[in-house]
Amino acid sequence: MTTTGVVNRELVTPEGVDLRLKVASYADRFVALLLDFLILGGGLAVFSLAALLVAGVTDISWMSEVLGVVWLLGAFLGRNFYFVAFEIQSRAATPGKRAMGLRVIAADGGRLTADAVFVRNAMRDVEVFLPLTFLAASGQGVDAALITLGAIWSGVFVVFPLFNRDRRRLGDLAAGSMVVKASRRVLRPDLADAERTVSRSLVFTPAQLDAYGVKELHVLEDVLRANNRKSLAEVATRIRVKINWQGADDLPDLTFLNAYYTGLRGRLESRMLFGHRRKDKFDT
Amino acid sequence: MAELHLKSGRFRAEREADWRRLEVLLGKVETLGAVKLRREELLEIPLLYRQALSSLSVARSISLDQNLTDYLEGLCTRAYFVVYGTRTRLGARIVRFFRHDWPAAVQALWRETLASFLISALAAVAAYVLVRRDGDWFFSFVDAGLAGGRDPMATTAFLRETLYSPATTSEGLSTMATFLFTHNSQVALFAFALGFAFCLPTAALMVMNGAMLGAFLALFFSRDLGFELTGWLMIHGTTELFAIVLAGAAGFSIGWAVAFPGDRTRVDAAGEAGRRAGVVMAGVVVMLLVAGLLEGFARQLIQLDLVRYAIAGLMLAGWLAYFYWPRRVAT
Repeated sequence: MTTTGVVNRELVTPEGVDLRLKVASYADRFVALLLDFLILGGGLAVFSLAALLVAGVTDISWMSEVLGVVWLLGAFLGRNFYFVAFEIQSRAATPGKRAMGLRVIAADGGRLTADAVFVRNAMRDVEVFLPLTFLAASGQGVDAALITLGAIWSGVFVVFPLFNRDRRRLGDLAAGSMVVKASRRVLRPDLADAERTVSRSLVFTPAQLDAYGVKELHVLEDVLRANNRKSLAEVATRIRVKINWQGADDLPDLTFLNAYYTGLRGRLESRMLFGHRRKDKFDT
Repeated sequence: MAELHLKSGRFRAEREADWRRLEVLLGKVETLGAVKLRREELLEIPLLYRQALSSLSVARSISLDQNLTDYLEGLCTRAYFVVYGTRTRLGARIVRFFRHDWPAAVQALWRETLASFLISALAAVAAYVLVRRDGDWFFSFVDAGLAGGRDPMATTAFLRETLYSPATTSEGLSTMATFLFTHNSQVALFAFALGFAFCLPTAALMVMNGAMLGAFLALFFSRDLGFELTGWLMIHGTTELFAIVLAGAAGFSIGWAVAFPGDRTRVDAAGEAGRRAGVVMAGVVVMLLVAGLLEGFARQLIQLDLVRYAIAGLMLAGWLAYFYWPRRVAT
């Protein structure tokens, strides 16, 4: 398993369809955590400033005490319940996770209960704050050795997600939850429909359409959707050579590629209906 | 409509409107909440969800349009969590927590609770004996900052005064109550979370906590202030120490499940224990809130030993009855 690779997680719905969820990547989760901490820290800073301001302006003796209570409670609730409050909602994600297109799910695919959300965030203390205390601590002699040992020991918790398939952290294990990528995707126009009036006149022979398989078709789709002129030209030239294209030369690359995409997809899809899914160009 | 010669194109054209409709409804649920939807809309969602799912399986087998299958996977995943991820409303959840879940979870952890209590008690007794024999031990058990001058060097008069601080004003009490509550909760959560490492760190925390108590008791008993101190401590201590013992028990249950998962996998065992322990922990935070209030207000406002004892006893009896009173199993 690589750190950047996509890990699929099987989740079969009661209707019997596998949703093929993608386990959230380390980078996404780290950025989400940073975002959340920034929001939390920023919120707390604004909150403290406002409290100080009110205390300074009003100058009533009992006011400062009320503010002290409000501040302490606010900081406590922020630290412990910021994550819980967002993750028990139907989106099951904190603002940071939403921004990265992540969500928390129950690992068995069932309901994510409020209890599970509470547990996975109560564990955060050990995973984030404990190593930080060891890093901040300093000492000499035996103390230093103890602190080093403590740092190593708590470090095990931090790197825990690196050593299991679903990239679950300790809190996820205790809560039976995990984090998956569930970003919204936009349905874009079908490429086989685009510019059909122009490309209809282009006809490819079966031999020309047999040059590639599904993998190449998907690469071609990515290239067409990205619509970058340079890569379009490059790919068009390669395909023209590969299939020994004899037709018109002054055809725009986009039109040619679109026509070839439509032809290739039609060919591969009809073969698929007959039970043969051609993986790539080496698959016969 | 343009003529379509690809089967997958026709397939998409026929169903696209339904997918878009589902997307709109899901957006509504996710931003406004299911409550804001009309009845017809709510009934529509499961139907559209099943259609989208069947579209997904068809698309996987007949279409090679990557964007289409990705989109459908995303749509079905979102819909799945809306359809199957619904949970009870927060209010109902809280009522069920206090009426059933919390006491049931505490009852289920009775073995761990007993162990946690015994460890703390043993540590307290050991510290008591050691400090009675040689006052210097006191400093090994109690942090100087926490002792606040209440150590073997202090005069008896000073020690007595700390127990009956003047209660003429209530200033600072609420701040102190809040501080104690947030501090104790953080410690308790820590004791719980540390349980994961095979119980040992949690046990160490329990020992430290118990030893500190024992050392204080030894100090005050050596000055004939034991009775007074016990009242001063226990007015909130019965609640607070009970909460900490429960936090330790919750930690133990996870550590035990990780170390000895039985015939389940370690991950499953940890998950199961973790969720039950989580319920206990949510309750522990509530108990500590009560303890913080008692410590911050009641202890400062009530200066009579016997009243302090009465409150301590009542609280303990109340908690014990609430947790362990036999009750019908909720359905």
